[in-house]
Amino acid sequence: MGKHHLTATVNGDEVEFLCETEETLLDVLRDTLHLTGSKEGCASGDCGACSVMLDGRLVCACLVLGCEVGGRRIETIEGMARGEMLHPLQQKFLDHAALQCGICTPGFLVAAKALLETHADPTETEVRYWLAGNLCRCTGYDKIVTAVMDAAAEMRKG
Amino acid sequence: MTMADTMTAPHGSSRTYVGTRTIRPDGVDKVTGRARFGADFNLAGQLVGRVLRSPHAHARILSIDVSRAAALPGVKAIVTRDDFPDQSSEFVPAGEMMMNYRDVVRNVMAREKALYEGHAVAAVAATSAAIARRALKLIEVRYEVLPHVIDVVEAMRPDAPLLHDDLYTAGVEPRPEKPSNVAKRIEIAQGDIEAGFHKAEVIIEREFRTAPVHQGYIEPHAALASVSEDGSAELWCSTQGHFIVRAHCARLLGMDIARIRVTASEIGGGFGGKTVVYLEPLAIALSKKANRPVKMVMSREEVFKSSGPTSGATVRVKLGATRDGRFTAAFAELKYQAGAFQGSPVQPGVMCAFAPYDIEHVKVIGYDVVSNRPKVAAYRAPGAPISEYAVESVVDELAKTLDIDPIDLRMQNAAREGTKAAYGPKFGPIGFEETLNAIKKTEHWNAPLRKWQGRGVASGFWFNIGGETCVSLTVNEDGTVSLVAGTPDIGGLRASLAMVAADELGVPYEKVRPIIGDTGSVGFNFLTGGSRSAFSGAMAVVEAAKQIKSDLCARAAKLWDVKLDEVEFERGHVKPLGAAADKVEPMSVADFAKVAGKTGGPIGGNGRINAQGAGPGFGTHLVDLEVDPETGRVTILRYTVAQDAGRAIHPSYVEGQMQGGAVQGIGWALNEEYVYGTDGKLQNAGFLDYRMPVASDVPMIDAIVVEVPNPRHPYGVRGVGEVPIVPPLGAVANAMEQATGIRFTELPMSPPRVLQALKERGLHKV
Repeated sequence: MGKHHLTATVNGDEVEFLCETEETLLDVLRDTLHLTGSKEGCASGDCGACSVMLDGRLVCACLVLGCEVGGRRIETIEGMARGEMLHPLQQKFLDHAALQCGICTPGFLVAAKALLETHADPTETEVRYWLAGNLCRCTGYDKIVTAVMDAAAEMRKG
Repeated sequence: MTMADTMTAPHGSSRTYVGTRTIRPDGVDKVTGRARFGADFNLAGQLVGRVLRSPHAHARILSIDVSRAAALPGVKAIVTRDDFPDQSSEFVPAGEMMMNYRDVVRNVMAREKALYEGHAVAAVAATSAAIARRALKLIEVRYEVLPHVIDVVEAMRPDAPLLHDDLYTAGVEPRPEKPSNVAKRIEIAQGDIEAGFHKAEVIIEREFRTAPVHQGYIEPHAALASVSEDGSAELWCSTQGHFIVRAHCARLLGMDIARIRVTASEIGGGFGGKTVVYLEPLAIALSKKANRPVKMVMSREEVFKSSGPTSGATVRVKLGATRDGRFTAAFAELKYQAGAFQGSPVQPGVMCAFAPYDIEHVKVIGYDVVSNRPKVAAYRAPGAPISEYAVESVVDELAKTLDIDPIDLRMQNAAREGTKAAYGPKFGPIGFEETLNAIKKTEHWNAPLRKWQGRGVASGFWFNIGGETCVSLTVNEDGTVSLVAGTPDIGGLRASLAMVAADELGVPYEKVRPIIGDTGSVGFNFLTGGSRSAFSGAMAVVEAAKQIKSDLCARAAKLWDVKLDEVEFERGHVKPLGAAADKVEPMSVADFAKVAGKTGGPIGGNGRINAQGAGPGFGTHLVDLEVDPETGRVTILRYTVAQDAGRAIHPSYVEGQMQGGAVQGIGWALNEEYVYGTDGKLQNAGFLDYRMPVASDVPMIDAIVVEVPNPRHPYGVRGVGEVPIVPPLGAVANAMEQATGIRFTELPMSPPRVLQALKERGLHKV
């Protein structure tokens, strides 16, 4: 069977691509569209390193088939900054040293952004449970949670 | 928080950045997805490499027939044991551990036998992943399945299935007549252990078991190799030491070191697990055969089954003390799993066991035992968390028995400057007591607890190392500075080195751009391990800057026509002294950059050192937890770490090491373990079933950076990366004892095990 021909919107741009039936959205993003900011840590939806937004919903790109995204809207880490302006979460991750190796960082940022879009003033517990699907082995989460809380506070100021 | 600056800066340097919380220079790329990790590299025309792995825990490989796979269209190369020449037995350093090339070649590709489930047996390069997968199925391997052994104690029995028929226990006299799975017996001793226990008024003796745990880096191993027709190889991979990868690949493949250029990608965590090679020599071998680039990436299942982990172990500890709390004698016996090949971290386990304490009579025995599991790799303070967990548990029990405050008991017996450690050296200035004091002074120490809650304290020690390190500094034409280091940056190294360079040269931090150079662009560097990269790297930066400073002074003397002793480098400027001071204006580093061509050419320095004087590291951890008597689940309520960093170059990244190490240790204590079936196969090779801590499992981790400067480092630095994983196991177990009254002597203290213990004592609540 030949490849599927699809179009979708990725970070605001319309993209056209071919994909095999068994390829995941993560494969399409990384291998076909060369957007390697989304990472593969497990390929089973357990680590969250491939977190992306699909039609405004937080998903693991490794659990979505490429063929499923035709006509849909995808946002990845590569679309988070606006020109030279980092998103407040990105800036706060830097300010608070919320990353060490950085492999989990894109997934955490995408997931945290999704949280703050619906919960402008989350408690520490809410942040921790929302981010429980994202594994970080370096930081012990302390500075990540601090950075997300601080970004939320700054975004509330507008 | 950090303590006050107690060190003076090295001569001629300013102290603007070291000790502050700068933004890391590689940060923006890491928050925008731009940073390229191991699997993010691609080359035109690259093939996909996949590994065929043994489904058996132990099997003789009778034959491997690749003919059907090779005939599959799209398959470009296949390698097996026949492609890797056998190696003579030779031990070489790998991080803080040793490895033997004879074993390394067998671990990267099975030869006579497959020794664990997941052991590589063949590898294929094909034009697509689908074809590579199909090709693996067409490789016909005939196995003679052999009885296997997984458990360390069972593996030591005389009738246990034998992994290597040529393995005779080293370190016992006379040499054993029969081979066994016990590779080595080691022993350290000081004083007279019998006399020491004779003096004791209280003796506590316990046996402990710990499970093997994986380093758990989120980025799987990845390698991309491209070998050209002239035999030169380029390799991009995720590693803690690209110079070490180069050395191993050259050795395993019979290539000249200069013909292999290795670029370390950004590394998505290592913790010791990326100090060895797995895919790298396979990718080069496949690329050589196929004349095409070959990319290989492990799946998470492969990471669990075929890389890492660290040892599971059995540890017996006996500790004697007088009634007023003075330790009189200490004995321990450690049995560590090495995995399929010898080389567990039992040696450091033995050396660290009682290192935090001043004890006259000590004896520690260790056994390095092979079994049908993946060969262990270094994991953050390799070996130490296991033995120190057992010791810290016994110290806690002793404190309770003697009714002495557990911090006071540790303080009373603490190693301090001048104490001779049982493993050999006399300690210089160390900060162990300071960490105990820091914990005792916290509000946490006296906070109230409720029923089913417990508080535990434990301490930990790690040596830290220095080693071979090269850093080059170049002053560019515009006065900016390029810094090339050669130890992969896992957690903020570039920031730390740039801060030191900026202070040494008196230039703004933002004007220093650090990179991790490939093996062709900077001199030899040992790997990132042993908590050495910031310690040694900062020393190499100081050395490189010293060369620049003395060169600039010489140029100024010439320019100003004064004697060399009439100029001085201070805060980024060469200044005229004495009579010359009135005649000329000081020149900045940038001023020299503008006239470099006219004053002697390019400006730069090369720090090439074998760093000595790594300061021993100590930490003390305090934890509160609550046990759910209905489910056996343990919740960590509060956690405080105090650790001697010597001097924190970047306090945030030092705290980060302390926090991250603590949480890894919590995982080790409470949930993580390799679970094997009776078939010798790993049953939980994925993140769902191998349960590492997630954000909702842990509280904030309060970090107290204690600073007792290391006198042998220009900035007073000690390694900080490994110490923090040592105390948590004991601290959590001690808190569990307080919460439940049960001394847990087996890790992990996972809900089923806790529940069982509660049931046995009638404490289970329905």
